[in-house]
Amino acid sequence: MWLKDSSIGRKFVMSISGLALVFFLLFHGCMNLAVVFSEEAYNTICRLLGANWYALVGTLGLAFLVLVHFSYAIYLTIQNRAARGNDRYAVTGKKEGVEWESENMLVLGIIVIGFLVLHLYNFWFRMQLAEITHGATAGAFDPQDGASYVIALFTTPVSGQIYCVLYLIWLCALWFHLRHGVWSALHTIGWNNLVWMKRIKVIGVIVASLAVAPFAIVVLYYLGMGIAML
Amino acid sequence: MDQYIDIKVRVWRQAGPKAQGHFETYDLKHVFQGASFLEMIDILNEQLVAEHKDPVTYDHDCREGICGMCSMYVNGHPHGPDSAITTCQLHMRKFHDGETITVEPWRSRAFPVIKDLMVDRGAYDKIMQAGGFVSVNTGGVPDANAIPIPKPVADEAMDAASCIGCGACAAACKNGSLALLPQGKIEAAARAKAMVAKMDELGFGNCTNTGACAAECPKSVSLANIARLNREFLCAKFQD
Repeated sequence: MWLKDSSIGRKFVMSISGLALVFFLLFHGCMNLAVVFSEEAYNTICRLLGANWYALVGTLGLAFLVLVHFSYAIYLTIQNRAARGNDRYAVTGKKEGVEWESENMLVLGIIVIGFLVLHLYNFWFRMQLAEITHGATAGAFDPQDGASYVIALFTTPVSGQIYCVLYLIWLCALWFHLRHGVWSALHTIGWNNLVWMKRIKVIGVIVASLAVAPFAIVVLYYLGMGIAML
Repeated sequence: MDQYIDIKVRVWRQAGPKAQGHFETYDLKHVFQGASFLEMIDILNEQLVAEHKDPVTYDHDCREGICGMCSMYVNGHPHGPDSAITTCQLHMRKFHDGETITVEPWRSRAFPVIKDLMVDRGAYDKIMQAGGFVSVNTGGVPDANAIPIPKPVADEAMDAASCIGCGACAAACKNGSLALLPQGKIEAAARAKAMVAKMDELGFGNCTNTGACAAECPKSVSLANIARLNREFLCAKFQD
């Protein structure tokens, strides 16, 4: 199977799974942004998704994509370390035009996955899983009233501000990961040439910023609100 | 204005493919900055021979930047700290008096060390042999002016064709990858599949588009060739 056995096939799988996850982030971020403008609109979205069959299918699809993307990343890294060999260069000079994030994608990815576990606990566990289990994992909150939960999580004195800072660190790591990941994925699937080289990098920065900005706006909005309440 | 400088050369010494390598540092005095880097190594070897020591083994041939033989990692860069040149085109004016210069062989599983700075770059030959030919008799060479080629196409072809197969791309890549693999147009699909299969078989890594290959390429072959190869390979695989 060339998608597993060929180096370009493996990179193709990484690219397609990564791009699909970026599309999900854009979708997810737009929904999150609603909470800043209208709590009612956000709760409507929560009810629309919740534990409905299409949301559950989507969640399983996402879990599969994350699993594929992460397991391929580990597999590729192991192969790449073997290809480099055991002998390292005694002196390594800085290579012009080589971005820091492009050489640290696995580290950034592990940070993203680490915070994802926290995020799943904060939201998926308290909302979608709570609906599936008829409130068993909801804690003191109503899974249908997502807006109140978001506000409480991010504005409760001290713990809310700590969560905001943690989420902002996560979003920084995600932005750097996507800044390389988006253009690299497009490049790997062959959408690049001498003319588009610079343009595609700009597209990567724009898409990375669009994917991360809605999440950051929500966190910063409630960080400001929480600090004002102190 | 070029001057005479005193330097220390820290060279990787390895007696053979299976031997344990190590660095040795040699003092070299009164080196003219107008000398090329390889001439400096020659001066060092003359000094070592005079001291009844084993001279440093290294690859070299044309000494005009077109053969790709002079594979050396100098101060953390393939072909040294200057851009878009081979080691034979590197001059000692890039170094200052009292400097310690570290010289290493390519370090990649696909390039095993034969001795000192000389590595086996036969992997590139095997990849070229796997697909680098046209399988039918195409007759005599047609007159170049009889085939109108658009300028952008000619530029793109020249960008890829300027590769000298020196190995700096894979040597500089943190993944030990050879994705910067120029492809000819004739029978491109079959060639891309055969050459990528051979590349994988020889143990090169998976490209993550860091751009180190293009940054260190002595011929400035563009990173766009990776996308071009991938496009050709993916189209060929989906058509199978």
